[in-house]
Amino acid sequence: MLVEIIQSLGQYGVNFITGAGRAGALLFGALKPAGRGFKLLPLLIKQLYIVGVQSLIIIVVSGLFIGMVLALQGYTILVGYGAEQSLGQMVALSLLRELGPVVSALLFAGRAGSALTAEIGLMKANEQLSSLEMMAIDPLHQVIAPRFWAGIISLPLLAAIFSTVGIFGAQLVGVDWLGVDTGAFWSVMQASVEWQEDIVNGGIKSLVFAIVVTWIALHKGYDAVPTSEGIGKATTATVVQSSLAILGLDFVLTALMFS
Amino acid sequence: MISSDNIIEISGLHFSRDARAIYDDINLKVPRGKVTAIMGPSGIGKTTLLRLIGGQLKPSAGSITFNGEDITQCNRKQLYEVRRKMGMLFQSGALFTEMSVFDNIAFPIREHTDLSESIIRKIVLMKLEAVGLRGAAELFPAELSGGMARRAALARSIALDPDLIMYDEPFAGQDPISMGVIVRLIKELNDALGLTSIVVSHDVEEVLSIADYVYIVANKTVIAHGTPAQLRQESSEQVIQFMQGKPDGPVPFHFPSEDYKKDMLNHAR
Repeated sequence: MLVEIIQSLGQYGVNFITGAGRAGALLFGALKPAGRGFKLLPLLIKQLYIVGVQSLIIIVVSGLFIGMVLALQGYTILVGYGAEQSLGQMVALSLLRELGPVVSALLFAGRAGSALTAEIGLMKANEQLSSLEMMAIDPLHQVIAPRFWAGIISLPLLAAIFSTVGIFGAQLVGVDWLGVDTGAFWSVMQASVEWQEDIVNGGIKSLVFAIVVTWIALHKGYDAVPTSEGIGKATTATVVQSSLAILGLDFVLTALMFS
Repeated sequence: MISSDNIIEISGLHFSRDARAIYDDINLKVPRGKVTAIMGPSGIGKTTLLRLIGGQLKPSAGSITFNGEDITQCNRKQLYEVRRKMGMLFQSGALFTEMSVFDNIAFPIREHTDLSESIIRKIVLMKLEAVGLRGAAELFPAELSGGMARRAALARSIALDPDLIMYDEPFAGQDPISMGVIVRLIKELNDALGLTSIVVSHDVEEVLSIADYVYIVANKTVIAHGTPAQLRQESSEQVIQFMQGKPDGPVPFHFPSEDYKKDMLNHAR
């Protein structure tokens, strides 16, 4: 019994290290310069549209509602202390430091990450990746690299849009509905939000999340067992592992940045 | 000594997957300019053999030479150079679903050459004309029938005028008309373009009608080889069973199991 447990733990460890090695090789192969920059540009633009622009609706709608809820919850607490003037500060800092990068990354993993995994898994199952190899075209450069760069460019921009829309959502509820003073809402926010501490740190967080989510999504798709069940499992694994990685890394980054 | 008469020479090939031996000492030669067929029962790894020739898999031992160059010793860059002279028609066709038929065929030309779009257009239309699909140039793969998709994929495989083209189960799942068209295309393209073709299939009659030389692979190795006429005279029971499609023989009808009567009387599952 004990031997079996140790054996399965060992097997799990070996699988994890093998997987990490394969993911590393995938990223290295995709990012290795191949002198094809000019040919990759149209592919990158197409992926920016699919990964970034098509995620806009979910990001904007979620950002709006999260901003509105934050304002509503924040107001009911702050008003008890007569501090409702600080609503702008509370909402802006919550969004820029935490909710913007984290929630947009979670949404990105669910929408774009799962789609990337399923698409690449299907390309593998349909032998499209093999046919690229047989045409002497490296699928890592043709398929993986443009998607990776598109993810890295898109997510920080989506996070910025999320936070911006969230702040406007908060203004809608806090100022227009609950009657917080417009001048106080914006001026307290302006005075308390720091460029380096809040905006740059939030940007770094979403950049790290972008790398991790896109990497996991591409690796899971590329390594998927090329059957319908295998692609289903890979897609689920992308969402679960990306979400856990985002939340775990958020704690580490917050500890490094703000403690 | 490598003979220039053979475009591919495989010797002493061993290949295993997950500790299970797939091939044990395979030796075969593919003569230049001919149609060579590799036949055998399902699941014996015929597609694997094509992937080994294309350098997508590495054998555990043995050598595979293509135009005198040992593929098993090539690094990634050399392998990509070699593959420019190979075409492969995958069982699924493997067309890029987000591109039109025209763009699918233009794709390898655009990737590997600096030709102008007007010349690329002419080449693509010539390739499509050769497979009878010039009128379908603007359709997308989802709008094609299975047979048309395979012909479009065939046009893409010959886009760069390769020396060798490998067909992976080209007749699988085709209706009689499509099958007849593909049989004719393989032979005609081979002769007209001066190609060398390897056809992997288990459709005996179709393959024998166009192949110049046939290898039958079973039990991890080559069990018979020769011209179609020679193979029809083969006396080996295993070859006869395969060629005539007999349900029982050296390859048993029944999956190995315990005694039938004993199994029926046993109530426990």
